[in-house]
Amino acid sequence: MDLITEITIFVLAAFVGFEVISKVPTTLHTPLMSQTNAIHGIVMLGGLLVIGLADGTVDKVIGTIAIAFGTINIVGGFMVTDRMLGMFRRKPREPKGTGRATQPSAEQEEG
Amino acid sequence: MTLPVAAFSEGSDFVTACYIVAFSLFIFGVRQGTHPTTARRGNLIAATGMAIAVAITLSLDVIGNGVLIVVGILTGTLVGAVASRRVQMTQMPQMVALYNGVGGGAAALISWAEFRHQLALGGEIPLDVLIPILFSMVVGSVSFWGSNIAFSKLQELISGRPIRFPAQHIFNGVLLAAILTGCIVLATDHDSSPSQALFIGVLIGAAVLGNLFVLPIGGADMPVVISLLNAFTGLSAAAAGFALDNVALIVAGTLVGSSGTILTIAMSRAMNRSIGNLMFSGFGALAAGGAVAAEERPVTSIGAQDAAIKLGYADSVVFVPGYGMAVAQAQHALKELANELERRGVRVSYAIHPVAGRMPGHMNVLLAEADVPYEQLREMDEINPEMPQTDVAVVIGANDVTNPAAKNDPGSPIAGMPIIEVNEAREVIVIKRSLSPGFAGIDNDLFYQPNTSMLFADAKQAAADIGSEVQEL
Repeated sequence: MDLITEITIFVLAAFVGFEVISKVPTTLHTPLMSQTNAIHGIVMLGGLLVIGLADGTVDKVIGTIAIAFGTINIVGGFMVTDRMLGMFRRKPREPKGTGRATQPSAEQEEG
Repeated sequence: MTLPVAAFSEGSDFVTACYIVAFSLFIFGVRQGTHPTTARRGNLIAATGMAIAVAITLSLDVIGNGVLIVVGILTGTLVGAVASRRVQMTQMPQMVALYNGVGGGAAALISWAEFRHQLALGGEIPLDVLIPILFSMVVGSVSFWGSNIAFSKLQELISGRPIRFPAQHIFNGVLLAAILTGCIVLATDHDSSPSQALFIGVLIGAAVLGNLFVLPIGGADMPVVISLLNAFTGLSAAAAGFALDNVALIVAGTLVGSSGTILTIAMSRAMNRSIGNLMFSGFGALAAGGAVAAEERPVTSIGAQDAAIKLGYADSVVFVPGYGMAVAQAQHALKELANELERRGVRVSYAIHPVAGRMPGHMNVLLAEADVPYEQLREMDEINPEMPQTDVAVVIGANDVTNPAAKNDPGSPIAGMPIIEVNEAREVIVIKRSLSPGFAGIDNDLFYQPNTSMLFADAKQAAADIGSEVQEL
């Protein structure tokens, strides 16, 4: 791929990023950050590519650590985001395990 | 059907197509994150994209040293999975900082490996490979070390207070200039074996800079630091993509770069401070000037029972949580209290300041953990107009984000910072352990208002006590 094509992709991706991310509400900024965090773990692909060319011990050690770091980033990031998002529910005080499909409670009108 | 072997070589149309699918799934996944009901699915979609990208890369013909790859992936998966299951929601900011750090570290290491590979090829490194390598190395390294310091501060392994030494900015400036000079020398030598010793020197310089850059920033400014470092790591991943000609890295890294940048800007706006001011002056400097000895002013102090009466007979109550709620792990007790109030017909909502807590949206996650429905979580701009009609505003573990001085006193260090206007509510209850000032080091006029009552207690204990008192009304 030539440099100009890569720069084009970079610029367009930046605009797409700004458009998409601006629409995420403040409520979800922590999971958003943690999810995008997981996405930059993609740098681990670079580790996979360079370790194939590694001969000496130094190169092998660098490559293995890079892969381990990238994997922590990916696996940890997506899992922890999933855990957080699992907590956002629409209705309070549901019996456990029924998800969000229960009837709206009339609690607020009592009293 | 078997694909021809050439399909699995680096840069083939088939491989590129798979990468395009992968990054489309990232974008789509993040797009789904705009609403709590779809966000979880969006996260799974993005994770699927990642699985595709990793799988197709593993099937490439250039892949070698399989054992080491397995070792790396297994170690990473184990550490990542265990850490993400064990972490408590209150510790989320440092967890994100840590994950961010390893991502930056991976980018820096990959650039170093690629640099060594290019040297081994014969010593001449094309500039369009070398410059991204240098960028990714420097930024990734700053991000790795900076994130580790942020993690240590939030985890209280080191003091969360700003750590400074004389002429710090000058030293950092000189260091940055030295790093840039090193990079320029390396780039000038690109056609005649650039020195690896110099490369390692620059790598170490960037590591030192990463440490020094975050050390002087106070714990409460960490939300901004973490999102800025998040943007850094994203950009270093994108740069690695330029060096390795990998479109998935470029798009994904840039996406993260945009996201981190947007969050950084949003937060510095919420604090009414420029990014430069946040990074280079720290609140410590302001605190020195603003920490006027709190003169003895009378406050109204109440107990849990009085608070319960005020809340139990109100029509509408707004809770304003801050970092103190997270520290005290008070979210569950607070939710119980809210349940009691709702049972009595009180309208309950939560006003979330954009920089409450230690990362953007931190309070929302904690309250979601306690099963607070997200419709009750209200943003600052949305809730402020309703404040004058609110019977009781309860400030729980927050301080500076409610300080009316930000609006009324142009001389205040936090002048101009948008606040949750609890002082407009009919009554205010502040749950706080003492009258000590917040991290900005300034007194809060709110405490001395005639309609403000102070409840001196631990946030969790207070919420639980008020809850049981409300039950007995």
